[in-house]
Amino acid sequence: MADLWSWLSEPYQFAFMQRALMALVIVSIVSSVIGAFVVLKGLAFIGDAVAHASFAGVAAAFVMGASIYIGAVVAGVLTALAIAFVSRRARLSFDTSIGIIFVGAFALGIVIISRENRYTVDLFSFIFGSILGVGRDDLLLIAVVGLIVVGLIAIFYKELLYTSYDATMAAASGIPVALMQYGLLALLALSAVVALKVVGIVLVVAMLVTPAATASLLVRRVPLVMLLGALVGIVASTVGLYISYYAEVASGASVVLVATALFALALVFAPRRGLLATWTQVPAGQL
Amino acid sequence: MTIRQQERPPTSVRAAVSARGLWAGYDRSAALEDVKFSVPVGSVVGLVGPNGSGKSTLLKVILGLLRPWRGEVSVFGRSVNEVRARVAYTPQAELVDWQFPVTVADVVMMGRYGRLGPLRRPGAKDREAVQRSLEQVGLAKLEGRQIGELSGGQQQRMLVARALAQDADLLLLDEPMVGLDISAQHELLDLFEQLRGEGKTLLVATHDLTCVAESFDAALLLNRRIVAQGRPEEVFTQELLNEAYGSHMMLLPIEGRVYGVHHRYG
Repeated sequence: MADLWSWLSEPYQFAFMQRALMALVIVSIVSSVIGAFVVLKGLAFIGDAVAHASFAGVAAAFVMGASIYIGAVVAGVLTALAIAFVSRRARLSFDTSIGIIFVGAFALGIVIISRENRYTVDLFSFIFGSILGVGRDDLLLIAVVGLIVVGLIAIFYKELLYTSYDATMAAASGIPVALMQYGLLALLALSAVVALKVVGIVLVVAMLVTPAATASLLVRRVPLVMLLGALVGIVASTVGLYISYYAEVASGASVVLVATALFALALVFAPRRGLLATWTQVPAGQL
Repeated sequence: MTIRQQERPPTSVRAAVSARGLWAGYDRSAALEDVKFSVPVGSVVGLVGPNGSGKSTLLKVILGLLRPWRGEVSVFGRSVNEVRARVAYTPQAELVDWQFPVTVADVVMMGRYGRLGPLRRPGAKDREAVQRSLEQVGLAKLEGRQIGELSGGQQQRMLVARALAQDADLLLLDEPMVGLDISAQHELLDLFEQLRGEGKTLLVATHDLTCVAESFDAALLLNRRIVAQGRPEEVFTQELLNEAYGSHMMLLPIEGRVYGVHHRYG
């Protein structure tokens, strides 16, 4: 028993591990609250795009010596709004405008960086994430931005829910649908940036999508999807960190792999929508 | 003079919807051309016409979701934006995401959102309104169900309940009868009847001429322009249907009922 306790507590004698876990818990909560909408509206590709495009802002801020986070936030939000604008105005499909804009922004980041000869380890931590490198300032920033995102979603929850469920009905009821759609994308961009430092550009979308998708297999109301998604994210973070610590493997990727494993479990064993349950059932539409 | 005023046709005040010289469309192609009609308060009116005749476009213009190119449309004698809370819309069932993780009660509560305005959460009064609406359409027992678990008829009644929770006086329904079996259709038509009894006005876009002929007060026959409007028996003549449907719609009297039959199927 004492062995188990010391095995469990050993990693957390280090302050960087404590900060890593706290950062992951915050990211899990924020990602899951916005992730419920991402999964329901099929916005996963946008989350991925925003994370990649924010690299342009990171690079520009790095070169100018400004805060890398502010660069990422500005680039991320601008990208999200540009995607929405282009697809509304140019009548292009959403994924086409995403494809154009995020690749363009990512390339811009690479070009900016390639002019720079300084040692850029700090910069590349954004691409692959550095959970163990989360500092006190980072933690504070993650917490503040996370609070803003969750707070705004709580305030405008009923409008966001109505718009996501049926935009035409919502518009007919007088809900400012366009504002809600742009706002949701801006919040998605903020969440992506929050997750950026922790899991890195490449894995942001996993935090946004996997826990919420896992939850959506198990529960059938939006607030429960958010709650259970956050729990899935936190469990994945905790287990992933232990694996990373004891097996000495990359932490961000470990967390994501545990989340993916939890999703796979839900996919097979979910009581109503799981593979085991549906194999033995008539499809719901035929009842 | 006074007698004349009393005899004035009930257009402005007694009309739930009235439109004049209405042109609307997408990009450069017109979906509605010089449309003129009125829907009297307290009536159930069927909006019929072939695919692409502009039924959904007309509903969107009435709702203020699509700005007309020309002409005017008024709802209860005003611009729709001034009376938005009194107007409810139910979309075609196939356009609704039935897998969305919300319960029946959640969706009906959405009918309250417009009146609540921003920053306010639903309270006891709203929950009572939801409960009343669910009881009226006979779905009180299913309030906790996820919406995908409802049958087609129950789905339509849930969408009507949402309109009732909104306390709307005018309901615009897009193809509510599609995919319903006969008994579910009758339940829905009974509900329409009941709502008319309460003074509500219903404008129902539908392909089902038989329902309109048997149960509705009036029909609007649309094919980009209004081909005819009036009592169903006046509108559903072979001549007028030919004009709207291009002779693809045949009237088939069977055992005292008249069925509108699409030619290519018949």
